[in-house]
Amino acid sequence: MTNLLDVENLTVEFPTRTGPFEAVRDISFSLGRERLGIVGESGSGKSITGRSILRLIRPPGILKANRIALEGTDLQTLSEKQMRDVRGHKISMIMQDPTVSLNPVMKIGDQICEAYRLHAKASKAEARAKTLAMLEAVLIRDPERVFNAYPHEMSGGMGQRIMIAMMLIPDPQILIADEPTSALDVTVQKEVLEIMDKLVRERGMGLIFISHDLNVVSTFCDRVLIMYSGRIVETCRADALHEAKHPYTRGLLNSLPQLEHPVDRLQVLQRDDAWREAASVSGAVKVGAAVKSGKAV
Amino acid sequence: MSAQNEIRLEHLDVWFGSGHARVDAVKDASFTVPRGDSFGLVGESGSGKSTILRAITGLAPSWSGNIAVQGKPLRGKARTKEFYAAVQMVFQDPYASLHPRQTIDHVLSEALHLHSFDRPDERIVQILDDVGLAQSFRFRYPHQLSGGQRQRVAIARALIIEPSILLLDEPTSALDVSVQAEILNLLTDLRAQRGLTFLMVSHDLAVVGHMCSRIAVMNLGAIVEMLNVADMRALKADHPYTRQLLDASVQRRRVG
Repeated sequence: MTNLLDVENLTVEFPTRTGPFEAVRDISFSLGRERLGIVGESGSGKSITGRSILRLIRPPGILKANRIALEGTDLQTLSEKQMRDVRGHKISMIMQDPTVSLNPVMKIGDQICEAYRLHAKASKAEARAKTLAMLEAVLIRDPERVFNAYPHEMSGGMGQRIMIAMMLIPDPQILIADEPTSALDVTVQKEVLEIMDKLVRERGMGLIFISHDLNVVSTFCDRVLIMYSGRIVETCRADALHEAKHPYTRGLLNSLPQLEHPVDRLQVLQRDDAWREAASVSGAVKVGAAVKSGKAV
Repeated sequence: MSAQNEIRLEHLDVWFGSGHARVDAVKDASFTVPRGDSFGLVGESGSGKSTILRAITGLAPSWSGNIAVQGKPLRGKARTKEFYAAVQMVFQDPYASLHPRQTIDHVLSEALHLHSFDRPDERIVQILDDVGLAQSFRFRYPHQLSGGQRQRVAIARALIIEPSILLLDEPTSALDVSVQAEILNLLTDLRAQRGLTFLMVSHDLAVVGHMCSRIAVMNLGAIVEMLNVADMRALKADHPYTRQLLDASVQRRRVG
């Protein structure tokens, strides 16, 4: 048995006038059938890491890695055609803003059917039945109505449920969720996360959850990678995030205002250049070990 | 008169459209903000909290009820120069609220020019200092700044004409938590130094709890509950919606 995903020494660089800029610098991590959180500030390289796995780095960006292996197969060796089969079918991705990810002039049902039929040679009727079932699975009360609606008729929370339905319908092994709930209200956020969490667990998938929100990550993940300036500075179990050691993680935690613990002044993060230079911590876990630490929260 | 009310709202209704297409964005909202106080409006998107700020500044198309700022009643959409000299607004998205082709210096001097302030040079140097930006930023364009630096510029632009009331529409929701802490501290300091009155809109209860002494909770256009910050911290809320909001934001914080 191998890990679902093994990433070894991933570096992504973009050429600039002042020389190459490394957005992600030599990071390694693995993913089992668990929920892995990646947190960090904007510009820390967390989204680029998510995109690299799907080889979605556009030129002039350059992706370098020793290995990006999906169940032992190195994705870097695949042709662009084979890669298209991986995207969506084996690894799918949910982006932050559903209004941008959905086609505005196509009915929601047709979009989800299309996603299904691309990967699973099914008849129209089968796809339709499957789509309605999927919409029901993401707790949409009236799937028939939503099937025939256009994206602009949906609220943000509904839109994100539709994205989850669309991404999970080809039954992928890995779901990469890039800030899936940042654009939603707190109460809606909780609902959407619970739906995603339930489906991911039922299907035994691996989840990579990219977020800037430490609270959400500590609640919904098993393991967390903390990124700073393109490197992994710390990794820990999600439920032990508040015991994190690295000064950067501590700084992020302390800068949050807290309802129950009022302070006069919020603590401001004091950055240290040494964090930028220090080598990445490995986020890889040996096969089998991930399952143990990835116990249900 | 003892503590004068800087902002007074009575039975404010704001609506968009007419006939059967009419949408009531704010329904019968009343509250007062005393001078030097900091008042928070919380609620989900679409609850009407930003619309209240827009009605005060004359950006809402149609409203009824009474709005008085510094004792002077407001009417329709027209606002006097004195109003703008007293009330300034900081918007949510620092990427959208600054002119992309104007330097920081241009943005700040335009505000000064509009309000006929003298000695622009001194004032710009001073305000950049006050908001914690180096003088080297003065002749840069917004795209050369980070989100936190842009929000500092937006705050500088609002404060350079020395208003007494600041309307803050989700001032930190587009920023990272580390930068959010810096901006909230800056706002706290400036309020203390200048004796400002804040009316702040946010969906984040923790942020409002940190910044404000009184809070109005809005749902579907109506203020469902008003509570002071001590009650909110003790999670003492009467309305079920407020409790739901408090629960959601406390549950999220298993950290710390």
